[in-house]
Amino acid sequence: MTTLDHDHSDHGPAKGLSRWLFSTNHKDIGTLYLWFSLSMFFLGGLFAMVIRAELFQPGLQLVQPEFFNQMTTMHGLIMVFGAVMPAFVGLANWMIPLMIGAPDMALPRMNNLSFWILPFAFAMLVSTLFMEGGAPDFGWTFYAPLSTTYAPPSVTFFIFAVHIMGASSIMGAINVIATILNMRAPGMTWMKMPLFVWTWLITAFLLIAVMPVLAGVVTMMLMDIHFGTSFFSAAGGGSPLLFQHLFWFFGHPEVYIMILPAFGVVSAIIPAFARKKLFGYHSMVWATASIAVLSFIVWAHHMFTVGIPFAGELFFMASTMLIAVPTGVKVFNWVATMFHGSMTFETPMLFAIAFVVLFTIGGFSGLMLAVAPADFQYHDTYFVVAHFHYVLVPGAVFSIIAATYYWLPKWCGRMYNETLGKTHFWLSFIGVNVTFFPQHFIGLAGMPRRIPDYAVQFADFNMVSSIGAFFFGSSQLLFLFIIIHTIVAGKKAEAKPWEGAEGLEWTVPSPAPHHTFETPPDVK
Amino acid sequence: MSATQEHHTHPHEHYFVPAKSRLPILTAFAMFVLVFGSARLFVDMSQNKNSIGEWILLAGFLMLAWVLYVWFAHIIKENQAGLAGPQLNRSYVWGMGWFIFSEVMFFAAFFGALFYVRTFAGPWIGGEGAKGATNMLYEGFKYSWPMLSNPDNSQFTPPQGVIHGMGLPALNTLILIASSFTLTMAHFSLRLNERPQLVRWMLLTVALGIVFLMLQITEYYEAYNHLGLTLASGIYGSTFFMLTGFHGAHVTIGTLMLIVQLLRCQQGHFTEHDHFGFEASAWYWHFVDVVWICLFVFVYLL
Ligand SMILES: [Cu+2]
Repeated sequence: MTTLDHDHSDHGPAKGLSRWLFSTNHKDIGTLYLWFSLSMFFLGGLFAMVIRAELFQPGLQLVQPEFFNQMTTMHGLIMVFGAVMPAFVGLANWMIPLMIGAPDMALPRMNNLSFWILPFAFAMLVSTLFMEGGAPDFGWTFYAPLSTTYAPPSVTFFIFAVHIMGASSIMGAINVIATILNMRAPGMTWMKMPLFVWTWLITAFLLIAVMPVLAGVVTMMLMDIHFGTSFFSAAGGGSPLLFQHLFWFFGHPEVYIMILPAFGVVSAIIPAFARKKLFGYHSMVWATASIAVLSFIVWAHHMFTVGIPFAGELFFMASTMLIAVPTGVKVFNWVATMFHGSMTFETPMLFAIAFVVLFTIGGFSGLMLAVAPADFQYHDTYFVVAHFHYVLVPGAVFSIIAATYYWLPKWCGRMYNETLGKTHFWLSFIGVNVTFFPQHFIGLAGMPRRIPDYAVQFADFNMVSSIGAFFFGSSQLLFLFIIIHTIVAGKKAEAKPWEGAEGLEWTVPSPAPHHTFETPPDVK
Repeated sequence: MSATQEHHTHPHEHYFVPAKSRLPILTAFAMFVLVFGSARLFVDMSQNKNSIGEWILLAGFLMLAWVLYVWFAHIIKENQAGLAGPQLNRSYVWGMGWFIFSEVMFFAAFFGALFYVRTFAGPWIGGEGAKGATNMLYEGFKYSWPMLSNPDNSQFTPPQGVIHGMGLPALNTLILIASSFTLTMAHFSLRLNERPQLVRWMLLTVALGIVFLMLQITEYYEAYNHLGLTLASGIYGSTFFMLTGFHGAHVTIGTLMLIVQLLRCQQGHFTEHDHFGFEASAWYWHFVDVVWICLFVFVYLL
């Protein structure tokens, strides 16, 4: 093909704003995703600070209960759909073509569309805070009838925001799958693919399978609210439980959408700094695939207390516990990779090790929650909050931070300051544990989640948790500073700044040129 | 460095990475205007207020239709100019395949709702099964399907009757199966490069699609005006109209896609071996056909 050059002669980035608005370049679009995600991380974090400030002491101090509910809802929605998911899509955009030796994503224009839907969707979502009746206040899980019969008018804007961000996710996932299936360099066989590519392939499959179900369930809400259908109303023969079944059929795979790419990141970083090959590569691939398959048959473990038949309780308890097996395989493999390795502890490695330890804590509390009879005590308490924050903050978020430190030299051609990075790590590590560890105790003692006020017996641990949250939140400003400092004033980075790192991304210069692998490399 | 090496043993195709484009962000903006207008309209409608939402919605819709038209026209032009190599075509193939899979999952949500209501929620409210105690909510309610009496008939007026499978729906089933057949014949004609037959089979397929839609409208008219079967007549009407309605919307989109392919056939686009646009539309059409067969069985017959 020689005729295409008339359309493709620019080899550097375009000048000015049009570079970002009209981009078809996977690196630029990846950068857009990552900055968008970071800004949403701070916005969602701000809402979390409001929540923790109100919970600093028992009684109502700062906000009204209605507004408190809006904060918990918006915090959850923004962190899940605005911070964590776009961050992983950004990493996928930047790294997958570099890792498999592809010139770009398979469908570059659709790639740009997937990104630009997000600012519009989140502008609409956040604008609900200023609407009559306030923002959505029914929790990020938006159970009917709270989100239908008793919802503020702004729920309709929320529904449509979910619709278009779902479209964005599906298109993004289709792009990732098409890229991995079709764009691998010659010799990049399935079992040579880096685990980050594998985990994203499986994540993309999960996204395409469950985002349409989410679209379906919000459509049913829309119809119930405005067009008189009775999907979630028992008076017309429907059922509020139908909402929960559909939502969690999406929701459980969704939590793996937020953690599988994290597994991929950690599986790249630990071998690099242990200077050993990843232990049990094949079992990692199979474990990821089994987790994905199992994720479709465990959803009702979120519904043990709502009244499902006994056989259902047993089935979903057993299937949920099964997930511990492949997850255990992964944790074992990471530890085995470090065993007898010549380890160094640069910032990405610190975050990766913290991931392994703290994610495992979150996994174990998940196992406790999977025990149906015990869940009658834990359900909807702070124990649940502690559980999923352990898998999401020192889990997903730590892996994103680790990935940022690890690949930042590749992205901007400059090294971050190691002392600052390590400071950031220790502040985050302490902050996250001080915030969330006490929540296990208050949860087991019976403090319900999603309330602005609580019994005085929970006061001490709540204060500790709030102090930890302010500490953790403000430490993330250091993260922002480090990133900007690196881009502006970091030391020049080599093509391969990490001695033990492996993969095609380190064979191109740092920063990675605007176009890479226009002729595919031969992978041996 | 391997990235810049020349490969003499097996030369690689140069993948077509398009230049920067205004179309994606315009599409995103149009989508935003469309959904913002819809939300505005629905909220105002429910509060019985006059709404500017419908104008915003209309503007968004026109903008989206225009941008997508320009975008697809652009892709077709690129394709006719020979920019798309076999590898890019494979990307399109995967893209379309996974898109159809996402559509399958969308319908699965609504079929799931139907099965859940019929297997669990309905019988439970009627007093049967593991959670039959639910019956105390609506004492005396007897579950039957089709649900001609709702748990609370004052809130949701039940239908007097439902559409029976052996009338129009059976005819529509034959029409859609026939259309899949005529489309396959068109595909054969294209592969043999028999253009006149190709156009004739395509015309027939499009005509069958339009007839299907007209019969579906007739059926809705019947349901609303003679049977009292509406979206608001309880869960039977909800599942019936949402499933058949979304299917109808997909038939409409499919018919539009086929019309575009028909026009392209008449313009002499496509070759015997390279006709992805045609194939993608055909897959979509067969998918819509399969959804209908599931609908016919689970909504109308059983
Ligand atoms: Cu779950």
